[in-house]
Amino acid sequence: MQQIINFIIRNKNFLLFLLLFIISFILTVQSHSFHRSKFISSANFLSGGIYNSVHNISQYLDLKTENKILIEENYKLRNLLFNQTENNLDSVIVDSSFYSKEFKFTPASLIKNSFSSTNNSLLVDKGEKDGVKEDFGVITSKGLIGIIDNTSNSYSRVVSILSTKSKINAQLKKTNHFGTLLWNGDSHEIVQLMDVPKIAPVQIGDTVITGGRSTIFPKGIYIGTITSFQVDNAEDFYEINIKLFNDMTNIGHVYIVENLKIKELINLEK
Amino acid sequence: MNSVVATNIARFIALVLVQVLVFNHINFLGYINPYIYILFIILYPVKNNRTLFIFLAFLLGLCVDIFSDSGGVHAAASVSVAFLRPGFLKSVFGALYEHQTIKFSNIDIVPKVSYIAFLTVVHHFILFSLEIFNFSKIILVAQKTLFSSIFTIIICILVTIIFTRKS
Repeated sequence: MQQIINFIIRNKNFLLFLLLFIISFILTVQSHSFHRSKFISSANFLSGGIYNSVHNISQYLDLKTENKILIEENYKLRNLLFNQTENNLDSVIVDSSFYSKEFKFTPASLIKNSFSSTNNSLLVDKGEKDGVKEDFGVITSKGLIGIIDNTSNSYSRVVSILSTKSKINAQLKKTNHFGTLLWNGDSHEIVQLMDVPKIAPVQIGDTVITGGRSTIFPKGIYIGTITSFQVDNAEDFYEINIKLFNDMTNIGHVYIVENLKIKELINLEK
Repeated sequence: MNSVVATNIARFIALVLVQVLVFNHINFLGYINPYIYILFIILYPVKNNRTLFIFLAFLLGLCVDIFSDSGGVHAAASVSVAFLRPGFLKSVFGALYEHQTIKFSNIDIVPKVSYIAFLTVVHHFILFSLEIFNFSKIILVAQKTLFSSIFTIIICILVTIIFTRKS
């Protein structure tokens, strides 16, 4: 017994080092699975608060680009509104029971961005008290951003599509051939679309949108255009490189997407 | 004694904040960031309570991890470097470094640079191998280690020169 205690006292620094190293190693391993550790998250009130107050100051610096993005979006929506055919305009449905609202959008600001590591995560300034929960989608007016994976009272963390763990269902716009959207960690402008069957008519310049097969995103959110493609080793599927519409280095305002029918869908799939 | 404790506490907080608010967002050439918070480990007094030092290094890394959502990679890298620091000191300043009173403000530039470089490269290598966590991407690890280390070393030396009190 005496010897054991002596050993511990003699090697206490090494044992402490080993203990702390193992703790941080476990945290690292946990962070590499999709649903990450709940303890080490910047969506807590201290780091979220610090990021938020810094964001309050720095947001003035890119007001100009934000305005431009808003005007572009308004222009697009106005085009949709006034270029409808007259048939649609004169038969306005008033009965609200005809509508089945499927998706709910919440506007939010991005207060922390990151795109240089292999598993990037972002922070937005809406949390549980605004009704935001895990597995909600995050988009901008131009395209896809990511999926929320951790929330605190007033902040939530988003797994960016620039993360080697993120897997999102996507499809070609012109046909319904779908695949999985992944990121190989190389460039923050290019993501990869895997598992598209070889029979699909893939061409450079084609647009890729989200497929309706996930319960997170509505169908038809723009992702990017195809820059290059090749057939994989087994010669059955395409591996497609996609240039994102979003500039992931410069994101200001985002929308959080909630699928209101998610319970129904999950029940159905059981 | 009290001033040493106060300086180190202030340095700890200042370095974490500067790291997460400024240096994590530099992204030079897309992915190169300096990790200057290891200045705390570099400049920690040589005559110290080693147990406390290792624990503080862990805390430092964990703080950076919480802010940058990276699991425990910074904590692991910092705690290993803190544990290995006596080895670095011995190899750079000689075996008797403990008996001399090393003051980081008045040592020559060559041992200073090599000491900082040793520590930085080891730290960054552990950091990026854990962050990428994939043996098949060892080239990417080496590349990131090399470029980020150069950046970190330059900034660390600049900071130590700028913030040294002139005697």
